[in-house]
Amino acid sequence: MLVLAIDTATPAVTTGLVQLDAAAGPRTLASRVTVNARAHGELLTPQVREVVAEAGAALGDVDALVCGAGPGPFTGLRVGLVTAAALGHALDRPVYPVATPDAIAYDVFRDAPGQELLVVTDARRREVYWARYDETGARVDGPNVERPAELADRLAGAVVRRAAGQGAELYADVLGLPVTAPGFPSPAGLVGAAADAVLSRATPAPLTPLYLRRPDAVEPGARKRVSQS
Amino acid sequence: MSALAGAVVLGIETSCDETGVGVVRLRADGHVELLADEVASSVDEHARFGGVVPEVASRAHLEAMVPTVRRAMEVAGVRPSDVDAVAVTAGPGLAGALLVGVAAAKAYATAWGVPLYGVNHLSAHVAVDTLEHGPLPGPALALLVSGGHSSLLEVADLAGPVNQLGATIDDAAGEAFDKVARLLGLPFPGGPHIDRVAREGDPDAIAFPRGLTGPHDPAYDFSFSGLKTAVARWVEAAERAGRSVPVADVAASFQEAVVDVLTAKTVRAARERGVDHLIIGGGVAANSRLRWMAEQRCADAGITLRVPRPKLCTDNGAMVAALGAHLLAAGVEQSSWDIPADPGLHVSEIVMP
Repeated sequence: MLVLAIDTATPAVTTGLVQLDAAAGPRTLASRVTVNARAHGELLTPQVREVVAEAGAALGDVDALVCGAGPGPFTGLRVGLVTAAALGHALDRPVYPVATPDAIAYDVFRDAPGQELLVVTDARRREVYWARYDETGARVDGPNVERPAELADRLAGAVVRRAAGQGAELYADVLGLPVTAPGFPSPAGLVGAAADAVLSRATPAPLTPLYLRRPDAVEPGARKRVSQS
Repeated sequence: MSALAGAVVLGIETSCDETGVGVVRLRADGHVELLADEVASSVDEHARFGGVVPEVASRAHLEAMVPTVRRAMEVAGVRPSDVDAVAVTAGPGLAGALLVGVAAAKAYATAWGVPLYGVNHLSAHVAVDTLEHGPLPGPALALLVSGGHSSLLEVADLAGPVNQLGATIDDAAGEAFDKVARLLGLPFPGGPHIDRVAREGDPDAIAFPRGLTGPHDPAYDFSFSGLKTAVARWVEAAERAGRSVPVADVAASFQEAVVDVLTAKTVRAARERGVDHLIIGGGVAANSRLRWMAEQRCADAGITLRVPRPKLCTDNGAMVAALGAHLLAAGVEQSSWDIPADPGLHVSEIVMP
């Protein structure tokens, strides 16, 4: 199956065209991963066009889409989700959401299985998004958002041998875990994390963003007076 | 033009709290025909905050985008293969909200293999009038008044340059309506409530100031912040004196001050620029007193007034589709695939390169 992968939940704009077979797993035909936290909206569609062209395919050849659902900074996260949703609608193809840390974890376990993992991405405001995986690669906690120090305390009672994701590098001193690649989700990681659902042509789960935080908004208090009393 | 006759344009609008998707068809005679105008509004989610919360609006746009496009296409009776171009509001507006629409529009245009037009929200408010009143006969003035904008524009032709004669230097007119409504204990958004309550009041009861109308003030700019403060002072003084606030009179007198300034400056501009067509658009164009006074003053000055029906005055996708159709008809080059959403897009930039 030909799968278009998209993720904008981290500073990277991840796009790729991936061949997915049950036996061989995901194989990347073309990919663009650009790290620029301020240009998700500008970069995403041009990158989609580039990977499709580079693979010598047309968008109409795509059998399914996979999209990272976060958690991630809201504005960038929405670019990927609305792009994937609109492409899915326009092409009449299913769009499978995956938790973005699952895509990073997929890559880690494919290259080096057997050890517990913490995936950490930057949530800004000195917080991180994180998810924890057991030695088989199954997610056992998270995704959640927290201050790195709080996360470090929480990890005291858990077995974690390594960490991945850009947030793990940023806060390596606080978390005290060896950091392994990758820093960002890859097209193959995204498709790999969704492989079962994609291959079985399951009805996709709703494309719901993992915001994990409520909007900043306060209800107005009493009216401010303008006259001097 | 003949090759484009029958062309269908889909328009997407997400600059504030309305997810709008419109579909129009370009006719051989240059008329643009409205096929669908679907709007999903998040206004109720903002009401308790007393104003539009950008993050709440952006989340609502993401949820509503595909369902609204789906509905608009069903209502219009067009299939994906019928769409010849996609237009989207690229700015001005709320950054995060705009971005949802721009990203979606790029995806639809890419998937359907049709051109993309990233257009100016203000120009779209002008272009929408052609859906109701037909092509512009010549140069026109446009008064755009909403919660986010108060601008006086000179428009030679819909696909051509726009000359901004004036704009608010502080609050937008609709913003003043919202703030005064809150002062008077009326719900958000304030415009319709002030309009309703004012019908029972005396517009001459209180002489509120007319902003920027002194002999040395800029002739075509507006200011509503001082007016809002004057209303607040008046209400507070009444409360301090233990008088009950005559809500209808305050609303009517405030509304009169806004409408008087808007129409006086606009008619003066039309006369001084020698322009005899006026379009009023934006959410405040739904105000009944503004419509009434504009009719009177335009009639006196020999100006033809064009005000689209209220549904087309507030933010919607049809206006974006209408502008897209005019750009397509004029042979304007499509926007590039890497355009940003530009919250401060200047009114002189009708379409992004």
